[in-house]
Amino acid sequence: MLITIFTIWQREIIRYGRDKTRIVATFVQPLMFLAIFGTGLRQTLATGDFGLDFLQFMYPGIIAMSVMGVAFFSTISTVWDREFGFLKEILVAPVRRSAIVLGKVFGAASLAAFQALILLGLSPLIGVKIQLLALPGLLFFMILIGLAIAALGLLIASLMKTTESFGLIMQILIFPMFFMSGAFFPLNSAPIWMRTLSGFNPLSYGVDALRQILLANQATPAILDKFTLHSPIMNAAFLLAFSSLAVSAAILAFNKKA
Amino acid sequence: MDIIRVENLTKKFKNFTAVDNINFTVRPGEIFGFLGPNGAGKSTTISLLTTLLQPTGGRAWVKSFDVVSDRDAVRQNIGLVFQDPSLDERLTAEENLRFHARLYRVPAAAYPARLEEVLRLVDLWDRQKNLVKTFSGGMKRRLEIARGLIHYPAVLFLDEPTLGLDPQTRTNLWDYILKLKREKNMTIFMTTHYLNEAEYCDRIAIIDRGRITALDTPANLKKALGGDVITLQSVQAARLIAEIREKFQLAAEEKNGEILLKITAGEKFLPRLLARLHTEISAVTLRKPTLDDVFLNLTGRQIREENASPKDRLRAHNRMRGPK
Ligand SMILES: Nc1ncnc2c1ncn2[C@@H]1O[C@H](COP(=O)(O)OP(=O)(O)OP(=O)(O)O)[C@@H](O)[C@H]1O
Ligand SMILES: [Mg+2]
Repeated sequence: MLITIFTIWQREIIRYGRDKTRIVATFVQPLMFLAIFGTGLRQTLATGDFGLDFLQFMYPGIIAMSVMGVAFFSTISTVWDREFGFLKEILVAPVRRSAIVLGKVFGAASLAAFQALILLGLSPLIGVKIQLLALPGLLFFMILIGLAIAALGLLIASLMKTTESFGLIMQILIFPMFFMSGAFFPLNSAPIWMRTLSGFNPLSYGVDALRQILLANQATPAILDKFTLHSPIMNAAFLLAFSSLAVSAAILAFNKKA
Repeated sequence: MDIIRVENLTKKFKNFTAVDNINFTVRPGEIFGFLGPNGAGKSTTISLLTTLLQPTGGRAWVKSFDVVSDRDAVRQNIGLVFQDPSLDERLTAEENLRFHARLYRVPAAAYPARLEEVLRLVDLWDRQKNLVKTFSGGMKRRLEIARGLIHYPAVLFLDEPTLGLDPQTRTNLWDYILKLKREKNMTIFMTTHYLNEAEYCDRIAIIDRGRITALDTPANLKKALGGDVITLQSVQAARLIAEIREKFQLAAEEKNGEILLKITAGEKFLPRLLARLHTEISAVTLRKPTLDDVFLNLTGRQIREENASPKDRLRAHNRMRGPK
C-alpha cells in the first residue's frame, strides 16, 4: 500500500521535473504576484482601516491562492492519464484504489507546497515580515490547504472524462473560492449569505489560519480579532475533515469506474 | 487444467449486447486467438477477463480465480497489452517498467535482472534510458509487451498487438511473441483481425457480433470447409468432367469456364489426377483454403483485411504519433 502510494506520488514529481514550462511557472507566478501586490497595490490600497499594512493582510491570501492554483492544476494529470490511456495501466494493476487516489493527492499537494515555499522564500524581497517561529505553522497549513484542494481536484478529475470539462469546472470554481476566502477583505463583515458559503470553502479556513500565524506578533489581539473566524485548531480540523471527505468520495468514484 | 475458463459470459451496454453468451477454455502454454471484425466484442471480452469491466452475465476464471470476486488475484496473474497506447511518454522506458514492477510487487532485489531479461527479449535493452516519447510505434509496442511480462504473469493478453504497425515491424513482433511461447511457455490470449496472424495461433475462436461462431485449430477450421480447391482449364470441359467422374468417382463442377474440384490433401491428389487423365488440360492450379474463406463461409461476410476502418486508421495514426 505504502509502496504504491509512493510510486504514484513519485511519478507525479518526475513528470513535474521534466516539464520545463511548469517549473518556470512555479517561479514566475509568485514573482508576478509579489510584483503586483508588493509594489502596485501597496500604494493604492494601503489606506484601509485595517490597522496594519495591507500587504501583511493580503499576503496569506496570496500564498493560499498560489497553493490552490498549483494543487488544482496538478490534479489534471489524472484526466490526462485517462485521455492518454495510462490510467488503464494503473487501474488494471493489483493495487487498492485508495492507494491510487492518495498517491495522486499527495503528489499534487507536494507540488503545491513546494510552490508556497518559494513564495515564502521570496517574501522578504517585498518587505513582508515573517518571524522564524511562524514558519513551521505556515508550512503546516500550506500543506493542509494543498491537501484539501488536491483532494477536491482529484474528486472532480475522477468524474471528468476530458481535459476540457475538467478545465471548465476549475474555471467555475476557482474564482468564487478565492473571492470568498477572506483573502481580500475580512469575512466577519461580509453579508450573511457569503459567510455561509465560505463556511464550506476550505480556502477560507486556510487563509484564516495563515493570517493568524503570520500576524501573531505583528498586530494587537484587538486588531487580529477583527478578521479571525476560528482558532487554528478548528481550521486544521476542518481542512483535514474536508480532505478526508473528498478523498473518500474520489475513491468511491474510482471504484465505480473499475 | 485450463488456465482460462469462460462460461456463458455476457456483457450488455444498456440494451446493446457486446458479448453474447460465450463459452471457451484456454490451455496452459497455448496461443489462443480471437478473430473478428470491428466491433465484434474482442476488446470487451479482454476487458471482462482482465477485470476492467464487470460482466452482466455468466462467469469467467483466470488461473481458477474468479474475475469478479477475486479481482486482485486475477490482476496479479495477468499481463495486458492494450489495443490503444498506454505508456507514459514523459518517462523513460526503464521508469515505465519500474512503475509497473512496483505496482505488481516485483521484489526490489529481483527487479534489475527482470528488467534486463524483458528488455533484452524485445531488443530495447540499450534504449532503457530514453524517453518513450522518442520511440517509434513498433518500439512502443515492444516496450508494452516487456512491461506486461516483467511481473511474470500466468497469461499475457494482447489486444491487436500489431495494429497500426508496418508489415515488417509486424513480422518482427511476431518473432518476439513466438519466442515467448517457445522460451517461457507463456499462455497468450490475443485478438486480431489479420487473418495471416491468426495462423500463428494454436486455436482460434471466430467471433462475430458478440458470438463465437467457430472454435478450433486454424488447420481444422480450414479442413471443415471441405478441403483444397483444384482448378483445371481445358477446351474439352464436358469430357474432362466425365473422365474425372469415371476414374475417381468425384463430382467436378464448371464455373466461369473453369473446372473446380474440392478435395482434401490436394497436393497429394494432384499428381495422381494428372497422371491418369487423358483429356488435354491447358492449365492447373491448387489453392489451399484461407481463414478468409472460413470467415466468409461462417458469416457470409468478408473480414476487413488490409483496408482498415476509419477507427483503425485513427488508432494506427495515434500509435505512430503517440500522445503529446
Ligand atoms: N463502454 C461502452 N459503451 C457502449 N458500447 C460499447 C462500450 N464499449 C464497447 N462498446 C460496443 O461494443 C461493441 C464491441 O466493442 P469492442 O471494442 O469489444 O470491439 P472489438 O472487437 O474490439 O473491435 P475493434 O476491432 O474495433 O477493436 C462495439 O459495438 C462497441 O461500440
Ligand atoms: Mg478492440
